[in-house]
Amino acid sequence: MAKPAVLTHPESLKRPAGPSEYAKNPVNASMSKADKIALYTKMARIRHFEQRCIRIYQQGKIGGFLHLYVGQEAVAAGTISLLGKHDHIITGYRDHGHGLMVGMGMNECMAELTGRVTGCSQGKGGSMHYFAPDKNYWGGHGIVGGQAPLGTGLAYAVKYMGLKGSCLVYMGDGAVNQGAVHEAYNLASLWDLPVIFVVENNGYSMGTSQERSTAHPGCLAKRAEGYNMAWDVINGHDVYEVRAKTAIALKRAHEESKPTVLEIFTYRYFGHSMADPDKTYRDKEEIKEYREKKDPVLAFEQELLSEKVLTPELSLKINEAAMAEADKAALFADESPDPTVADITKHIYWEEDNRGPKTTSRGTIIFE
Amino acid sequence: MAVISYREALRAAMREELKRDDKVVIMGEEVAQFNGAYKVTEGLLKEFGPKRIVDTPISEAGFIGLGIGASMLGIRPVMELMFWSFSYVAFDQIVNNAGNIRYMSGGLINCPIVIRGPANGGTNVGATHSHTPEAILASHPGIKVVCPATPYDAKGLMKAAIRDNDPVYVMENTILYNDKGEVPDEDYIVPLGVADVKRVGTDLTIVAHGRAVITSLKAAEILEKEHGVSVEVVDLRSIRPLDEETILASVRKTHRALLVEENKPFCGVDAQVAYLIQSKAFDELDAPIHRVSSIDAPQIYCKRMEDLQMPNVERVVAEALKVLA
Repeated sequence: MAKPAVLTHPESLKRPAGPSEYAKNPVNASMSKADKIALYTKMARIRHFEQRCIRIYQQGKIGGFLHLYVGQEAVAAGTISLLGKHDHIITGYRDHGHGLMVGMGMNECMAELTGRVTGCSQGKGGSMHYFAPDKNYWGGHGIVGGQAPLGTGLAYAVKYMGLKGSCLVYMGDGAVNQGAVHEAYNLASLWDLPVIFVVENNGYSMGTSQERSTAHPGCLAKRAEGYNMAWDVINGHDVYEVRAKTAIALKRAHEESKPTVLEIFTYRYFGHSMADPDKTYRDKEEIKEYREKKDPVLAFEQELLSEKVLTPELSLKINEAAMAEADKAALFADESPDPTVADITKHIYWEEDNRGPKTTSRGTIIFE
Repeated sequence: MAVISYREALRAAMREELKRDDKVVIMGEEVAQFNGAYKVTEGLLKEFGPKRIVDTPISEAGFIGLGIGASMLGIRPVMELMFWSFSYVAFDQIVNNAGNIRYMSGGLINCPIVIRGPANGGTNVGATHSHTPEAILASHPGIKVVCPATPYDAKGLMKAAIRDNDPVYVMENTILYNDKGEVPDEDYIVPLGVADVKRVGTDLTIVAHGRAVITSLKAAEILEKEHGVSVEVVDLRSIRPLDEETILASVRKTHRALLVEENKPFCGVDAQVAYLIQSKAFDELDAPIHRVSSIDAPQIYCKRMEDLQMPNVERVVAEALKVLA
């Protein structure tokens, strides 16, 4: 059998690094100098937050799984930087970058990782389960692809309420083979829901490369055609390109209430999680090549330096501030208290936490 | 007080809640144009239109997950499963997402969804369509489960479920859909977690839920007429929350307990009820607790055998006499 034509991850490496051809795209050209510096700052904050997490993990303070976003920053940064009041997001377990992008604080994020009561979920969610519904961020979901129907439902609710909005549903390349994702694709297209499915293709579903996991017609996004949906592919190291192409999908969602599948080629520098020694399934040279040629944070820095938006001094200041902020967050997490044993049985049921004359539940609901 | 069927009672509950709250939507396979696979939603499309009454594709993980996501943003979906047996293909959504999201978000997100549909054996359809997952689902903190046995309870529990701010899973029964009973004309709810003494007695407590309540009531008649035994029948109505006090009060009165359910015995609801009684009313018992459940095998197709596999009046009477011996 002939090997299928595969647009694997290294294919995106072929695109030359250098100035973005999307810098002049209206959605980017219209950004003020301050907007651009703010976007760069957010990307740098994700990078430094995640790198600080590695140290804390190695100190044994973060339990469970820790899936880092280092290398993928431009995906969350580019897409989320476009969103408005009625645009919502939901993602899988590699969720820190999205959280910081929507405006979650490093303190609450770091304290959640170390299981503190000051964490965004009061130490009940952990790394894979960040939530900030006040910022339209609906998680942070641990089961691959399980968030796709939920995000489709958020978009359904936006449409039901007559709002001009959307939901961006992020997933990894491994999620595209889950039934729940296909069911969500079908519903989104069938019911004309304002959903953007963002496939963050970092080339590997855990330790299984795309070639070994997925049969597809050239790229993962093209599966959208089977559901009569629009699709596009994006180089994820270029935040300008991410913005330019996501803006088209967002317009389709807002103005036509139609879904889109976007496949964004990106790369993670660390293992699937910190539990992955990252020694068996990819070549160190591959990581090195991406880091050197396609690093999304450095690429945007270069872009802004050449635009004279950024100076080396300002860049240094931004990065140092982000590092200091991450250090402070680490200290905050260290000094914060654990939840108590009594806290274990809170937040299970709304009706239990709010019992009163108006609640409809009686009886025993938490058992000994 | 009108006399209506269990099916009509469920429909009336949904109709009233659709009128009361414009965030309520009915969604599921064949609920709209087809008027419901079991006609529970009959006429609702005509009355409320396609925005409120929504047909879905056969795609349980997709549409149940969609309903859960919509509920997070304030919609109050009432999702029909044609059979609760089909919930198994949506298990991740029903348990991991609906059941955990409030907890994992430290109370930031609620999931006010109702999932309803029939969950029963006894209809000669084989093992895949005869599951009764109330015990499986109720074993997950974060989820509520109710099992109405009468038209009154079906309406009152359904209305309470729709107004509840947590995920509530309503397990109906196709064999009960045509059963008739008195239902008040005025607005009422049956709060979750309140059991109902369906028959007052002094010699033996039978604890049951769902259709097993009806079976137990018939058995109680026979026990009284033919054996001179006064049987109290406690209908749990709600599995989680569970009305422990009503169960215990009855056992403290009769000092004997028989637990009847249509589940298979292993880890059934009554395993929990038996634990409750022995831990909180051990000294009150004059005899060991007995159980009648379905015979422990996948549901058999053969109708004659299925009727014997499930708790029936004869089995309940026979087991009751053992407790009373």
